[in-house]
Amino acid sequence: MNDPKKAVALISGGLDSMLAAKVVMDQGVHVEGINFFTGFCVEGHTHAIRSRKGGGPRGPKPKRNNALWVAEQLGIKLHIIDVIEEYKKVLLNPKHGYGQHLNPCLDCKVFMVRKALAWGFMAEHGFDFIITGEVIGQRPKSQRKATMPIIAKESGADDRLLRPLCAQNLPSTLPEREGWVDRDALFGFHGRSRKPQIELAKRLGFTAWAQPAGGCCFLTDAQYSRKLTDLWSAQGRKDYELDDIMLLKVGRHIRPASHFKLIVSREEGENRYLEGYRRRFLNLRPISHAGPLCLVDGHPQPTDVELAARVVARYSQGREAAAVTVAAEDPHAGCRELTVAPLAPAELPSAWHV
Amino acid sequence: MSKLVHPFENLDARGLLCPMPVIKVQDRIADLRPGAVLDVLATDPGTLADVPAWCRVHGHEILEMVQAHHEIRIRIKVN
Ligand code: SF4
Repeated sequence: MNDPKKAVALISGGLDSMLAAKVVMDQGVHVEGINFFTGFCVEGHTHAIRSRKGGGPRGPKPKRNNALWVAEQLGIKLHIIDVIEEYKKVLLNPKHGYGQHLNPCLDCKVFMVRKALAWGFMAEHGFDFIITGEVIGQRPKSQRKATMPIIAKESGADDRLLRPLCAQNLPSTLPEREGWVDRDALFGFHGRSRKPQIELAKRLGFTAWAQPAGGCCFLTDAQYSRKLTDLWSAQGRKDYELDDIMLLKVGRHIRPASHFKLIVSREEGENRYLEGYRRRFLNLRPISHAGPLCLVDGHPQPTDVELAARVVARYSQGREAAAVTVAAEDPHAGCRELTVAPLAPAELPSAWHV
Repeated sequence: MSKLVHPFENLDARGLLCPMPVIKVQDRIADLRPGAVLDVLATDPGTLADVPAWCRVHGHEILEMVQAHHEIRIRIKVN
């Protein structure tokens, strides 16, 4: 008897990729999952940011990695690949441009299928084809009938790329022609409605699935994209390091001038998260009253530190007090205390909020 | 005298945020033989959920998980 055919499924943690993998597994194909960590993924690393109550900038969420959770539901292996460095090229210079915000979805899809192909087709892995959960018309920019062949072609996967949820609306692929999967048992979903997927999920026996608000990554988030644009314009070039993009996920970002920015925590979880950066950034914290930790990013002048202290005081419990004492700790120059008047709301222009 | 059959391997993932500790565990285990024991140190509370989940889907065994003073130690037996 022939060995079963093997497919690598791109698993984002959402419903569609879970269904696509399951549909193919149910046809006797050996499926393993692959998941890419770009640095912008909504889940995973955000665990540390959440407060103990389980809340966070995006509200309460279970503490789990959705892609791993999906793999467990399916009973498949999941390989998580760090693509942080390589992803820079995709985000900084997307051939097909951006979506509504800074999400380069089409380039991103091409990149991920290409990576899955390279990984899966390595001799020691020996996979035969790639599966994605794409549905024609589901996303206005990246999941259109016209973009499907672009992804297949530019990734190099060609007809080894199978989209089980909308395969019946597309030309048949190698796995279908070779009889590795039965095209008639695949689907012809299209459009933005989630109903067919939800019905299929129920039919396949799933009772729960993740519905990540705002999609799979922060790049689809308007506020996050604004902060990233601000970072690029402040540094005068489009580039980033992992710490930069991680810090954009946390706190209030207040930029009084192009040469420095304040990152002020909003709750206990963010406070703990920013603690990890204290040895690398000038940081301020009120000591006469309870209040947030603040990192100063950039090249602040001495007068800027006083302004930063007044901003921190404004977000502390001493905001109504005449004076608040703030400790300013410079990792290279030590710690000093400043007693300042909290900034009045009118002194904090809305334009400073990134 | 007891004989050390499988020397413990160590992985320091402190300061890394999920899923990086999981990725480090995955990459290290790829180089280990069945029976090896890997001790992972981490600080991200997410590792308490994610490392065991990754181990379950790959068939490795969690021998011990301890959290103290903001540090997490997870002992994994490679299968
Ligand atoms: S939402 Fe983010 S991860 Fe998903 S395809 Fe678009 S850019 Fe890529």
